[in-house]
Amino acid sequence: MLMRGAHVVGEAAVRAGCRYYFGYPITPQNELPEYLSSRLLEVGGTFIQAESEIASINMVIGASVAGGRVMTSSSSPGISLKQEGISYLCGQELPAVIVNMMRGGPGLGNIAPSQADYFQATRGGGHGDYRLLVLAPASNQELAELTFDAFELADKYRNPVMILGDGLMGQMMEPVIFRDPIDPRELPPKDYILEGCKGREPRAVFSMLLDPPTLYQHNMKLLRKYEEISAKEIRYETYQVDDAELILVAYGTASRIAKGAVNRLRREGFKVGLFRPVTLWPYPKEVLRSLAGGGVKIGVFELSVGQMVEDVIMSVGSRSEIYLQGVPGGPVPTPAHVADFAVSVLKGDGRLGRKVEI
Amino acid sequence: MSQPAVKKLFSRPESLKPSMTHYCPGCGHSVAHRLVAELLDELGLREKTIGVAPVGCAVLAYNYFNFDMVEAPHGRALAVATGIKRVHPDKFVLTYQGDGDLAAIGTAETIHAANRGEKISTIFINNAIYGMTGGQMAPTTTVGLVATTTPGGRDPDRDGAPIDISQMLAVCQRTVYIERCALTSVKHIQKAKRAIKKSFLVQLNNLGFSLVELLSPCPTNWKMNPSDAWRWTESILTKTYPLGVIKDTSGLGDVR
Repeated sequence: MLMRGAHVVGEAAVRAGCRYYFGYPITPQNELPEYLSSRLLEVGGTFIQAESEIASINMVIGASVAGGRVMTSSSSPGISLKQEGISYLCGQELPAVIVNMMRGGPGLGNIAPSQADYFQATRGGGHGDYRLLVLAPASNQELAELTFDAFELADKYRNPVMILGDGLMGQMMEPVIFRDPIDPRELPPKDYILEGCKGREPRAVFSMLLDPPTLYQHNMKLLRKYEEISAKEIRYETYQVDDAELILVAYGTASRIAKGAVNRLRREGFKVGLFRPVTLWPYPKEVLRSLAGGGVKIGVFELSVGQMVEDVIMSVGSRSEIYLQGVPGGPVPTPAHVADFAVSVLKGDGRLGRKVEI
Repeated sequence: MSQPAVKKLFSRPESLKPSMTHYCPGCGHSVAHRLVAELLDELGLREKTIGVAPVGCAVLAYNYFNFDMVEAPHGRALAVATGIKRVHPDKFVLTYQGDGDLAAIGTAETIHAANRGEKISTIFINNAIYGMTGGQMAPTTTVGLVATTTPGGRDPDRDGAPIDISQMLAVCQRTVYIERCALTSVKHIQKAKRAIKKSFLVQLNNLGFSLVELLSPCPTNWKMNPSDAWRWTESILTKTYPLGVIKDTSGLGDVR
């Protein structure tokens, strides 16, 4: 089926059993709520265009604590507004899927493709010790797969999951094959949700733990969960890395461009490969570390002034020289641009990108 | 020997847990909690109720109410309740919120849930002050009332005027029933109970959004003793916030 990326997310969500969507319009992701406004009607679900992103994420809290599979989506400034609610979801250990089709910032920025919300997504834009699972698809097929998986992971770990894309990805038309739909009524029952206390003791779901030792224990419990996620849920793709003298590191839209550059350079005889993290948190640190060293250079390409590069530094350390081509603000480089950067790094002429000093 | 005839006249409602509250002496919250709990018992709703607690003095309401409850971020109770009610349209959903929560930081969530006509009952405690944070100005603080952030008393030119959110909500097409009562005397408390009952019946009959505003004494932050605070509520606070039915399109008539 040939579909636009934003519609792919909506269709995959419905097939994954999502029956509740709450959101507020913001470019460039409006095609997703527009699609769901009618699609959810067909399956007896609920779509509410809320009064704000803040209201949307709090409706998500309500639907999640009531046991529904629920999603919201937005773009960068709107995701900033949702941070309070995301922190509560983590504190209350409630599942939800949050889509961020990133645009240029800071402030109102622009509506062009961007990857400038990497820190916000992977470090937590809200308050408190928490982590989100962050999934970075790079094609419509992967949007479909990861959207489906996002709901499963959210329920499995009782934690919100963020799908981090950008405006380009939302608009891109590509063929996609969907998984068979699941019936949300057949999902395993949840023992923490609120549905009235008939036949059991009342439940209370809250994140306020005034007693410091109690909150300490809660934070340590969350930490153990994050450690389990880090151990089990790492996802990545390697491409032509075995004999590579330079490994480009890029995610999402940037990785599509980088892969084009790798193909072009391979045809010209350059030994260049690509490492693409699919989970941005947890970041595939050990894998990337194992690829570094032995004279291999690392070239980071991202659509920001340089955010993911910090995870690359933490992964690689001083094993390899690390170079960065960070492109903020919306211009989307072509594979030829990235190939130029790669050749410059291989030659060590300092013409393009910059060497990262650790 | 025959047993003496004993009739139980008064006991703790099942919808209240047997726990001590943290509320100050003379505070209206305890009375409001009891009214809500008595009515849920009387209407047989406890086991199908999902309550949403606010941020503010009632933040710990889930420790006192004996039914399913969730904590909402400050001001967001009606957005959270919207999500719950849309998943469980057959359950009874109520929010319990104070004036800072409902009429300042949560104004947008309040007005839009009401305007969507969400089938939710809201208990709105108006004590004209921020209690939990220690007596700062509330959106509902009356002119001249001294809060810790209104030196010399609230000055409308400097601090703005007290907001009457119940009147604002009455303008929304999809609100069904809004009444303001006071927790200051047996007569007024009984009236408040009838108003809350009507609000619950509005939801049970699937009619739409309803809200009961309860003028509630805060002796601690008003710097009064409890009896003075109750008198001040009835004689002074009602001048800014007159008691009575503000809107009723429910068609339910008088509730006993």
